Amino acid sequence: MDFATLLQVLDSTVRLATPLLLACLAGLFSERSGVIDIGLEGKMLIAAFFSAAIAALTGSVWMGLGAGIVSSVLLSGLHGLASITFRGNQLISGVALNFLAAGLTVLIAQDWFSQGGRTPSLMGAGRWEAITLPFAETLRAVPVLGPIYYELISGHSILVYVALLCVPATWWVLFRTRFGLRLRAVGEAPEAVDTAGVSVVGLRYAAIVICGLLCGLAGSYLATGLQAGFVKDMTAGRGYIALAALIFAKWRPWYALMACLLFGLLQAVALRYQNIDFGGITIPVQVMDALPYILTVVILAGFVGRAIPPRAGGEPYVKER
Amino acid sequence: MDKMPAWADAVLVPLFSLLLAALLSALVILAIGESPVEAFKLMVDGALMRSSGWGYTLYYATNFIFTGLAVSVAFHAKLFNIGGEGQATVGGLGVALICLYIPWPHWSLALVGAALGAAAFGALWALIPAYLQARRGSHIVITTIMFNFIAAALLNYVLVNLLKPAGQMDPASPVFPAATHLPTFQDMFATEAMPLFRGAPGNVTFFVAIAACLAVWVLIWRTRLGYEIRALGHSESAARYAGISPVKIVVVAMLISGGLAGLMAVNTAMGEAERLVMNATEGAGFIGIAVALMGRNHPIGVFLAAILFGFLYQGGAELALWTNIPRELIVVIQALVILFTGALDNMVRMPLERLFLAFGRKERA
Repeated sequence: MDFATLLQVLDSTVRLATPLLLACLAGLFSERSGVIDIGLEGKMLIAAFFSAAIAALTGSVWMGLGAGIVSSVLLSGLHGLASITFRGNQLISGVALNFLAAGLTVLIAQDWFSQGGRTPSLMGAGRWEAITLPFAETLRAVPVLGPIYYELISGHSILVYVALLCVPATWWVLFRTRFGLRLRAVGEAPEAVDTAGVSVVGLRYAAIVICGLLCGLAGSYLATGLQAGFVKDMTAGRGYIALAALIFAKWRPWYALMACLLFGLLQAVALRYQNIDFGGITIPVQVMDALPYILTVVILAGFVGRAIPPRAGGEPYVKER
Repeated sequence: MDKMPAWADAVLVPLFSLLLAALLSALVILAIGESPVEAFKLMVDGALMRSSGWGYTLYYATNFIFTGLAVSVAFHAKLFNIGGEGQATVGGLGVALICLYIPWPHWSLALVGAALGAAAFGALWALIPAYLQARRGSHIVITTIMFNFIAAALLNYVLVNLLKPAGQMDPASPVFPAATHLPTFQDMFATEAMPLFRGAPGNVTFFVAIAACLAVWVLIWRTRLGYEIRALGHSESAARYAGISPVKIVVVAMLISGGLAGLMAVNTAMGEAERLVMNATEGAGFIGIAVALMGRNHPIGVFLAAILFGFLYQGGAELALWTNIPRELIVVIQALVILFTGALDNMVRMPLERLFLAFGRKERA
């Protein structure tokens, strides 16, 4: 493998890791507050559809982004209604929302565009443009570092940089602000937060709105950045990979970045090579597909560093039990 | 504290949830500019008014009975098995291997063999998540989701690299030998004068599914093991105090659950396609969740809910054929049913409970 190919694979790693990272951080906010969210997939999907659909109708990718975020936050709100207000089963609610998004997106797409559940291909202002960072052209001639800067660091759409900035932002919010302290506390010991006079319900809803917002960004990037339009079931399990990355990262922002880059790399390699020869042994592409899930199971099994979820995760909070 | 009578809890709450889901679905159909009444008529016509429609409805229902039972057995032990999809996928592998590599003299023997194989493979696929939950405390929901994806990759690998005959393009196993052909409803009930169930995939596996309903009822309510499963589901500490081993029960319950999900593959691989294809489960593993929730984890409820979803599936296919409503409408209905009967259960139950209490007070006064 030469240097240029390596750069291309790494470049596609960054692109593929971006939606994973945004969804993973979304799940991080939700689960840190004690609301388990297996509906990341559905929220990404509905955001992908509405951002592509509105971008196609208005010709503006920003309008699309807004619509995607609104739809994803609404779905998040429904999850909150079921799991916080009505104290239902959070897992079942998540499953339901995934199906709701899978069905509704195709239904509405067929009604609006009649193209068999997809949106028209987006062009021009309907998609995120690649941003060329300053001096990328001039530095390109510099050996090794030049191409790295030009190919790998520069030339992505704005959402990629937003996603990367979300990592320190999430860390700062969670570990350096009062809101973050309370959010983490409500996921570990909601009764303590309640005793301190802070609203458990309010905090959890706040977390869920942030979760919806980030999933909206992820979906929008998927449909209007990574690809040019919405197709049926385009998230293709990314929400679950993000969930796996979240566990892999043990619910921490910086680890989440690493996990998402790793899983992005696996996807990029699987996309580029069908089978990999590895010193005589051929690794079939299906192993690459399954590897994120296998790694997560291994981590969950606790053989390689135990992943301990927030203590109150999945439990609806009932005052004065 | 006063409570609703048990029959109201078992019948009225799911019925109300279904009504809500139907109402919202009707609104969705209205919103995309079609008539809900017309759509419903079309669905009933296509799924219930002709014998071939019933053949399809019961074929789908067979799948959903198996996966619904699988989810409900796990629910009784307070385990949420989202892995039905993966377990059925791997079960299909079991069916294919047994049909392809053992020369069966008669379909009835092949059915027994394939059922055992499917159940064994499905159970095996549930074993690791079960063990990890019981021994290592890894959340079974997450591990079973992960195993769904691993199963899909495994099937992909086996079909493409191992089972696919040379020269064939689509990733599928060779066609099963003729001796393993299961009698369809057409073979069983159609006569010269009455050509019933023509071309429909419904087959003898439906009766296996009914037998599975009975077996699950006996298991859960009439055996020691069933009692232990339910006891664990109610309270782990109490079960432990009564000398029940949670590790053992979790593993056994998940094995049974995985086996039931695996059995579904007998219907799809052996009964319908007569070969193993990619994505043969078509989401039936997930519909099992809706079926179990709606059927209140009781075999009779599961049976009825499975028939309902079979009707929705066949009716949905008819709708997609004749109108501008895509099949995904069924996915929306399924989502609403799961939402109302599962997650928003309290929203439906609380007003009903209040209503009952109000009436109860009046009677006493």
